[in-house]
Amino acid sequence: MFNFKSGLTAVIGMALMGSTMVSDTVEATEVIKLATTTSTDNSGLLRAILPTFEAESGYKVQVIATGTGKALKLARQGDVDVVMTHAPAAEAKFVNEGYGTTPRGIMENDFVVLGPKDDPAKMSGSKDVVEAFKKVATNKSTFISRGDNSGTNMKELAIWKEASVTPDFSGYTSIGQGMGKTLLMADEKQAYTLTDRGTFVAYKSKLDLAITFEGGAALANPYQIMLINAEKYPELNHQGAKALSDWFISPQAQQMINDFKVQGEQLFKATYK
Amino acid sequence: MNEGWLALMQQAFSLLLSLDPDVWSIISVSFSVSFAALIITLIPSIMLGFLLASYQFPGRWFVTNIVQTLQSIPTVVIGLLAYLLLTRNGPLGDLRWLFTQQGMILGQMMICAPVLIALSQAAFSSIDKRAYETSRTLGASWQRAIWTVCRELRVPLLLAVIAAFSRILTEVGCSMMVGGNILHHTRNIPTAIALETSKGDFAQAIALGLVLLILAIVINFAIGSLRGKAMPRSQ
Repeated sequence: MFNFKSGLTAVIGMALMGSTMVSDTVEATEVIKLATTTSTDNSGLLRAILPTFEAESGYKVQVIATGTGKALKLARQGDVDVVMTHAPAAEAKFVNEGYGTTPRGIMENDFVVLGPKDDPAKMSGSKDVVEAFKKVATNKSTFISRGDNSGTNMKELAIWKEASVTPDFSGYTSIGQGMGKTLLMADEKQAYTLTDRGTFVAYKSKLDLAITFEGGAALANPYQIMLINAEKYPELNHQGAKALSDWFISPQAQQMINDFKVQGEQLFKATYK
Repeated sequence: MNEGWLALMQQAFSLLLSLDPDVWSIISVSFSVSFAALIITLIPSIMLGFLLASYQFPGRWFVTNIVQTLQSIPTVVIGLLAYLLLTRNGPLGDLRWLFTQQGMILGQMMICAPVLIALSQAAFSSIDKRAYETSRTLGASWQRAIWTVCRELRVPLLLAVIAAFSRILTEVGCSMMVGGNILHHTRNIPTAIALETSKGDFAQAIALGLVLLILAIVINFAIGSLRGKAMPRSQ
């Protein structure tokens, strides 16, 4: 029995080693590591447009999709070549502290507030999102927060601050997970939540929730692509990063962003001027 | 890493030693949920292990193999199963247990029961069945007779309990899926480590990792000394 076991382990081990050796011999094209947010990845935008860039430039883009906070942290540590996020305040800090260079606003989408179809907090018809949030708190409705330092989470906390509400009322639920999981939980608990429109459209068919508030300047969600300071991390693929950033602002890519639709809806508006 | 390791370790220790309320709430969720799951499954599982070891009945071979298989299923699959049971449109949806501690306990019960059953079955198989029958013929009730056998086998049974407990205390897949990582409610040590790492805040992750590490060391030393005691002395 034991002999059989150790024999099996050896066989599996050899098989694994063999497979890694094979994959190592595959010729490596130049890789660009792009740290970005789950919203661009979940919506399918990058999968739709990056292959064009790869075919034209010969680079291979590896997308690392996480929250804005983590994406900027990876960029700060020089773990990625280029970063694309949507949290203006955190991005300004990132550039001002000398880590990021050449920030370019390439596109925007918007946030919407989702909730149960019968809208128990009666937020639809509020004059702005701050008032809508206040209604959630006074009504003690369940509100699911991502709680993961993502761009969406930072936006949500900024709105609470604006509304001078401390988000610790009885219905406030902080879950530390990505946008998709948050939507599923909001659906399960029939709760309110703040989401980017892209992820909502992508998940729409799975959800029994409605947009209970949308619109207004406070809910605009601009995306920036930033290069990483070559003086701090000379060994990164700066050439590839610059090529990607340049491609994003080209008329062709801007057009592709506008043309990208999920279930017939345009998700992102190209904004580079 | 531009944050020095030393600084991170310092932060981690100070979080633990300063009794940071968030860190300790996470630790207490972890232990209370896993203890509850273990206590509820303990006696039925050991009983079933005893039955499987001591009696021939139709389907015994089948049950034994199912239990063995369940032991090796990844916890995310069990999490998925529990999620589907508890989701609003699922068979147990009316309980509204998804994303609650009750749901987590249910999931962890599904994970630790097979471990307990399989290991206690192995323990009971190692002892002569006549021990049970002798105490029965001496007039002990069946509960009492099983108790006698369990006392005889306390070391392997305790090892089974420790193995089951450490499996549920450290699993992340099922807790994340069924509990939903809600702060102060269903956020336990493994899901918190996953979250803090994804946020890039390593100090809290390291602090919680240390708790698990210390626990693992204590448990392994305990197991080592138990095994040592259980070794038959050479005559």
